[in-house]
Amino acid sequence: MPKDHGIGASTKRREDVRFLTGDGHYTDDINLHGQAYVHFLRSDVAHGRLVSVETEEAAKMPGVLRIFTGKDFEAVGSIPCGWLITSRDGQPMQEPPHPVLAQGKVRHVGDPIAAVVAETYEQARDAAEAIMVEIEDLPAVIDMKQALAEGATKVHDDLKDNLCYDWGFVEENREAVDKAIKEAHHVTTLELRNQRLVANPMEPRVAVGDYARHNDESTLYTTSQNPHVIRLLMGAFVLGIPEHKLRVAAPDVGGGFGSKIFHYAEEAFCTFAAKQLRRPVKWTSSRAEAFISDAQGRDHVTKIELALDKDNNFTALRTETYANMGAYLSTFSTSVPTWLHGTLMAGNYKTPLIYVNVKAVFTNTVPVDAYRGAGRPEATYQLERVIDKAARELGVDPLALRRQNFVTEFPYATPVAVEYDTGDYNATLDKLEEIADLKGFEARRKESEAKGKLRGLGVNCYIEACGIAPSNLVGQLGARAGLYESATVRVNATGGLVVMTGSHSHGQGHETTFPQVIADMIGIDANMVEIEHGDTANTPMGMGTYGSRSIAVGGSAMVRAAEKVIAKAKKIAAHMMEASEGDIELKDGQFTVAGTDKSLAWGDVTLAAYVPHNYPLEELEPGLEETAFYDPSNFTYPAGAYACEVEVDPETGKVTVERFAAADDFGNVINPMIVEGQVHGGIAQGVGQALLESCVYDETGQLLTGTYMDYAMPRAGDLPSYVVDHSCRTPCTHNPLGVKGCGEAGAIASPPTVVNAVIDALQSGGHKVDHIDMPVSPARVWQAMQ
Amino acid sequence: MYAFEFERPGSLDAAVKALQEEDAQALGGGQTLIPTLKQRLAMPSKLVSLKGIAELQGIAQEGDVLKVGGGSTHGAVARETKGIFAGLSLMASKIGDPAVRNRGTMGGSLANNDPAACYPAALMATRGTVVTNTREIAAEEYFQGLFTTALEEGEIITSIRFPLPEKSNYQKFEQPASRFPLVGVFVAKYGDRVGVGVTGASEDGVFAWKEAEEALAGNFAPEAVDDLWVSAEGMMSDLHGTAEYRAHLVKVMTKRAVAAAE
Repeated sequence: MPKDHGIGASTKRREDVRFLTGDGHYTDDINLHGQAYVHFLRSDVAHGRLVSVETEEAAKMPGVLRIFTGKDFEAVGSIPCGWLITSRDGQPMQEPPHPVLAQGKVRHVGDPIAAVVAETYEQARDAAEAIMVEIEDLPAVIDMKQALAEGATKVHDDLKDNLCYDWGFVEENREAVDKAIKEAHHVTTLELRNQRLVANPMEPRVAVGDYARHNDESTLYTTSQNPHVIRLLMGAFVLGIPEHKLRVAAPDVGGGFGSKIFHYAEEAFCTFAAKQLRRPVKWTSSRAEAFISDAQGRDHVTKIELALDKDNNFTALRTETYANMGAYLSTFSTSVPTWLHGTLMAGNYKTPLIYVNVKAVFTNTVPVDAYRGAGRPEATYQLERVIDKAARELGVDPLALRRQNFVTEFPYATPVAVEYDTGDYNATLDKLEEIADLKGFEARRKESEAKGKLRGLGVNCYIEACGIAPSNLVGQLGARAGLYESATVRVNATGGLVVMTGSHSHGQGHETTFPQVIADMIGIDANMVEIEHGDTANTPMGMGTYGSRSIAVGGSAMVRAAEKVIAKAKKIAAHMMEASEGDIELKDGQFTVAGTDKSLAWGDVTLAAYVPHNYPLEELEPGLEETAFYDPSNFTYPAGAYACEVEVDPETGKVTVERFAAADDFGNVINPMIVEGQVHGGIAQGVGQALLESCVYDETGQLLTGTYMDYAMPRAGDLPSYVVDHSCRTPCTHNPLGVKGCGEAGAIASPPTVVNAVIDALQSGGHKVDHIDMPVSPARVWQAMQ
Repeated sequence: MYAFEFERPGSLDAAVKALQEEDAQALGGGQTLIPTLKQRLAMPSKLVSLKGIAELQGIAQEGDVLKVGGGSTHGAVARETKGIFAGLSLMASKIGDPAVRNRGTMGGSLANNDPAACYPAALMATRGTVVTNTREIAAEEYFQGLFTTALEEGEIITSIRFPLPEKSNYQKFEQPASRFPLVGVFVAKYGDRVGVGVTGASEDGVFAWKEAEEALAGNFAPEAVDDLWVSAEGMMSDLHGTAEYRAHLVKVMTKRAVAAAE
């Protein structure tokens, strides 16, 4: 087994050849014969009653095929929400309809009012400008607390108020937590905001709908992280197309970060219109449109209280969070502030009593849903910020305070419903101290001071639950889907393999890592294995890629299918070598009979499977292809420790990240280079949130940060060279590869690390600043110093 | 974008003539105009590209004046003024990214007069001159507020003349998203005077900070402005910084520019 191919090898990404040479095949590269183009006329006000939409004149303009409005979708289903949350009072969440095109009201800037389909995109856009829309303005509901005030304008007239749900977790702990906090030796309180973000994948969303009259089959090509989920949601709930008449394909996808999980109105529109018009219909989002139509992330306002006893042991934790849902419930929006957030509030610590309250609120803003980390960054940020503040208030070392309260025995059942299978938090923190050279910090601080800069050190520990998720558990928690994964391993006659996986790669490198696993199991060159994904026509029902689940769940399904293949191949080999099945071994691509010199090559056996002349046909079917569905028995719990050193310019408030180190425990690692890349990208997004990014609406609901002129994205020059380590490994105990997810860790762990560092820097300069909300911009830092 | 005609004249005269058509619009490097067109925020009948006009090209020292052709790209300015006019070279080298610097032109930037553009600070500090196809306009007359200049309809900037300073520097404090200056200060030191041009800060666009100019004329050192104070009144205030913050930064950036002047 060449070591540059199997598990543990930093194999170069094979998909990069096409991505870097312009040969990627993205949805926008799909152009079908007779294709028409759609332009969506979107609301430019945040909240209003649709009085009239006059399309008559516009419909006569050159090239226009048809103009659709909400009326055309009255008989069509509502875009569904995939997770039911139950409020503290036992009532189900309030779940308003979400029409494909606005009906009766517009509820956010960007809400689609009409769709013009024309021969060319410019013609569609010209005609959209000729549509006469009359809107009676209504007061915009923007601030979450005002949205819940008595008499507030309702975003959805048919709901009783703007509260989607009021969730308590664990409700039975509420009184005990209140009591513990009341009687605590010390309580540290922090109020903070985890600001709204725009996902901004490099590739904007695209949808191409097609319809074949000859077999009555609809096809949707779309920029999705999970084509089967889109097929299920759109087919069963919105358009009423059975799955055998609907194909959804997501070819190369240029980044998602969560924003391409969800089923969007534009997908349903293109599929619907293609059938109506008997023409393929294509939509390509502009960047400006992405800012007002892609689901956004985060937007939590939280008060957190941490209680400690006289020996600085954590005794209780209580949080109250307002979570912005936006104007409609996006696919997984309701699960993010609840199960993906509340279950993580224990962090790495053995706090015995925890109570989390979340109020989800409708506002006249773009819907909010999962964004890299989804709920777990929000949990980690609160917890690690309040611990840092507690350490300062108590005058103790923040690392020592953390260590003292670490969970050290596994498995560990938290008071918030999850069981950590394995971990070693002291090991990653020890590793961090080494790789971040924390001993050298004071000397570096002095060097910075000599230059007139304030230097700060921020440290952060994190744990996250990923590898989503045990279906029976999430079903009990309200999920309207299973969260298994699937794989078909097809062995061809000459020994090459194709793995058809339900996971979807949109930057993660599956085409490289998945073959490394198969190569290792069989002992062949990884280049003999091809990965297919992203098309419901040729992959088994899969749930797609998000929640750092691909290798942990999708990889496990592939291993199970490959195990079945190998078991069958051994039977064939046993027959061919006239040996007992139990004596057959497979190593380095050779089948051998234990204790003899008999052997057969992998290719000899695969050929026999398809040319079954010498074959046990009475006991075994020909062919070599197996499918497996894998449903994880638990989440995986990657954990680690991060450190960041910043310099603050006291004259301007500008923060520069000088050093950044990450020690992660991802269990076993398939491709270290790709894992490092995932951590690098996650840190960039985390630092981006901490210092730069923020999606801001004014009080009328207009987006103030609708372009890159005002929405600050991190750039290479804003980031230092990271030191990344994943040598601390406690393999996952319940999946066959012993792997944990790695895709979200960087984005989860880095925001509090950076903010802790900035606060430390300001404190070192004598500024009594306890907290600055993200993004910690120069203006905010300067203001805090005044 | 809406449909438009496109013309690429080879001479200044031809360009002037082309621009006489109603709703014709001059196109320099297109770094502002093209995005505006793409958003359908402008609907010119004709774009007149100035790229093919030899008279607008060329950067040359003429005695104690630097003459920059209106069509000079930021990249060309950065390269060709190095060693002649350090502050201007530095400024041009930090506008946008390489793609922007290879397309955007000084004439285009000054004609647009974005309140957060860099060049206006240099032109104001040096009290330079904008030369057009019809006349010469002094910096203080040229800038007339946000996106407003003394240029008449169809008037084309042919060159910009900067009196060469002994020492100069530009300090840009970047707005985090656009990386335009939130506040940019250009300092130019001459034998008998000092110019301080401030961009990005004021609601009226670029301005000369005259108190600082006077103080620095007597003592060209950062401490010279220690006792001065910039009023927040009339400063811009937005997501990225309050008026008070911008006013504060004017002083900080001025001191840094003086300290770094070469």
